[in-house]
Amino acid sequence: MKILVCISKAPETTTKITFTDGNTKFDKNGVKYIVNPYDEWYALVRGLELKETNGGTVTTITVGTSEDDATIRKALAIGADDAVRIDTEAVDAFQVASEIANFAKDGEYDLILLGKETIDYNGSQVGGMLAEHLDLPFISLASKLGVEGSKATLDKEIVGGVQTVEANLPIVVSCAKGMAEQRIPNMRGIMAARSKPLKVVESSNPNKNTSFEKYALPEPKSAVKLIDPEDMDKLVDLLHNEAKVI
Amino acid sequence: MSVLVYINSNGDKIAKNAFEAITYGKKIGDVVVVTNGKATDATLANLGKFGASKVLVDRSFEGIDEQQITRMVATATESTGSETVIFSNDLIGKAVAPRLSVRINAGLVAGATAVPESDGTIAVNVFSGKAFGYVKVNTDKRVISLLPNSIQPEEVGGEASVESFEGSAGEAVVTVKETKKPEGDIPLPEAELVVSAGRGLKGPENWGIVEDLAKSLGAATACSRPVADSGWRPHHEHVGQTGVAIRPNLYIAAGISGAIQHLAGVNGSKVIVVINTDEEAPFFKAADYGIVGDAFEVLPRLTEAVKKFKASN
Ligand SMILES: Cc1cc2nc3c(=O)[nH]c(=O)nc-3n(C[C@H](O)[C@H](O)[C@H](O)COP(=O)(O)OP(=O)(O)OC[C@H]3O[C@@H](n4cnc5c(N)ncnc54)[C@H](O)[C@@H]3O)c2cc1C
Ligand SMILES: Nc1ncnc2c1ncn2[C@@H]1O[C@H](COP(=O)(O)O)[C@@H](O)[C@H]1O
Repeated sequence: MKILVCISKAPETTTKITFTDGNTKFDKNGVKYIVNPYDEWYALVRGLELKETNGGTVTTITVGTSEDDATIRKALAIGADDAVRIDTEAVDAFQVASEIANFAKDGEYDLILLGKETIDYNGSQVGGMLAEHLDLPFISLASKLGVEGSKATLDKEIVGGVQTVEANLPIVVSCAKGMAEQRIPNMRGIMAARSKPLKVVESSNPNKNTSFEKYALPEPKSAVKLIDPEDMDKLVDLLHNEAKVI
Repeated sequence: MSVLVYINSNGDKIAKNAFEAITYGKKIGDVVVVTNGKATDATLANLGKFGASKVLVDRSFEGIDEQQITRMVATATESTGSETVIFSNDLIGKAVAPRLSVRINAGLVAGATAVPESDGTIAVNVFSGKAFGYVKVNTDKRVISLLPNSIQPEEVGGEASVESFEGSAGEAVVTVKETKKPEGDIPLPEAELVVSAGRGLKGPENWGIVEDLAKSLGAATACSRPVADSGWRPHHEHVGQTGVAIRPNLYIAAGISGAIQHLAGVNGSKVIVVINTDEEAPFFKAADYGIVGDAFEVLPRLTEAVKKFKASN
């Protein structure tokens, strides 16, 4: 089975977010990057588990610059066989999906796995766009994925519940919690990652359908109102009459 | 110029986020709704109340298969000549809107939180709610998916004309084997009131007092990540940067410290109440109302107060 896992980088989760150039650019100064948690914990690890039981290969693909190489090496250390980086700055979901589709269309991948969303731009966009480009089914927010022969069985989140679905490979899947457990790379993995292939591919220069023009930070909260733990009638009164939420 | 709004009408009733999407569309142009499934003509005509002038309904298929819906909405976009297509950014919108945007070559604004600014840009949450970004669309057409609970449905009165429609949706290639919807539970992403608890509750056997409060309010329950990771609560209750992001009107957090990754999933809540024994807990900085106290005493007391309030109102 040939598995392709889409890996992106994201600012470490405790990063303080600031902007420069008149609030038009995210200030990358001093920001530490991690592998986007959904891509690492769920998509990549489930891909590796399926390879371990069914045989095959796990390739990662990233649209990004050499700034992404550290997170790509992390994915290799966790166990991917090889990596591809499409050499351009990722700024728009359509651009990213077009680049990946262009690479994947002749690759005969059985399974393309993505994370549920990137934790910086939170778009949940690339998976559906990629599936449409490749004319494949897209199973979004999957919490379970099993493969037998050419058939996949998945659990996916729907409003108010879970749906079990079946589809023939190839498919595109976005992975959410429940799919797998995080794996910590060991020393051997980290050493091996250094010599695994990371192929850098030229960009196909797709359109960028959207752009971020500017950013703003939310208004700071006013100070908390403390309430006597003995007096919950008071809280209910405030929630009803002041906050008007009950 | 007509604005096309997709809504899901496959359930027993039409959900509030569908009304939000129509209200949003009405602020941009003349709203045509497209839907499939089994809702009656009368129910669909009623969407006029929120400003829809016409409803196109494809009765040739039921369900929410993302490829079928994409094809149907693409056909409707073409036949109505719409330049703006609107979805609610719920689980269906998240799967379909990106697909459709590629199919009709339209820039996608995913998770819009407000109507377009005067310069045409549209605000979305970025960095897990730590900031807003303003998205510019560089194509002629655009697809907007609206973050649920970002605007309130507005009733403007009226009745929509209902027309049957052939959306060329084709066949579904993904087959649904089973659908599980726990009875009676309020789905977390839609809940307006949420009661959440963390490691401060000590163990799964203590969740009775959390559920009692939720029940008295008619609220959904949620939890912090370690609570779900330890198997005390199901995964779908995990809120935060790596769980569900929610924006209810009221979020009550008991025994949760308020780590930055937790806050990222709940900072869109209108009102936050924090119950924690430690007055230094970081969550108090993000709270509107705070109770420095023991959740094991405060939660039952609050439940009683809510019951008393409900009985007299
Ligand atoms: C990459 C990454 C992603 C993450 N994503 C998420 C996420 O999405 N969601 C999430 O929640 N976390 C996430 N975390 C974990 C997060 O950093 C915190 O560890 C977690 O939120 C802490 O959970 P907690 O508040 O339940 O537990 P603790 O931090 O242990 O807090 C327990 C709190 O309960 C209080 N308490 C104790 N006893 C009582 C009592 N009797 N009554 C009242 N209060 C009491 C304590 O004072 C304390 O403040 C993430 C971490 C990382 C590194
Ligand atoms: N630059 C990128 N390179 C490779 N994969 C990406 C990139 N950006 C996003 N993805 C994948 O698409 C998923 C959804 O991202 P998003 O649509 O930005 O929320 C992520 O979890 C990744 O799996």
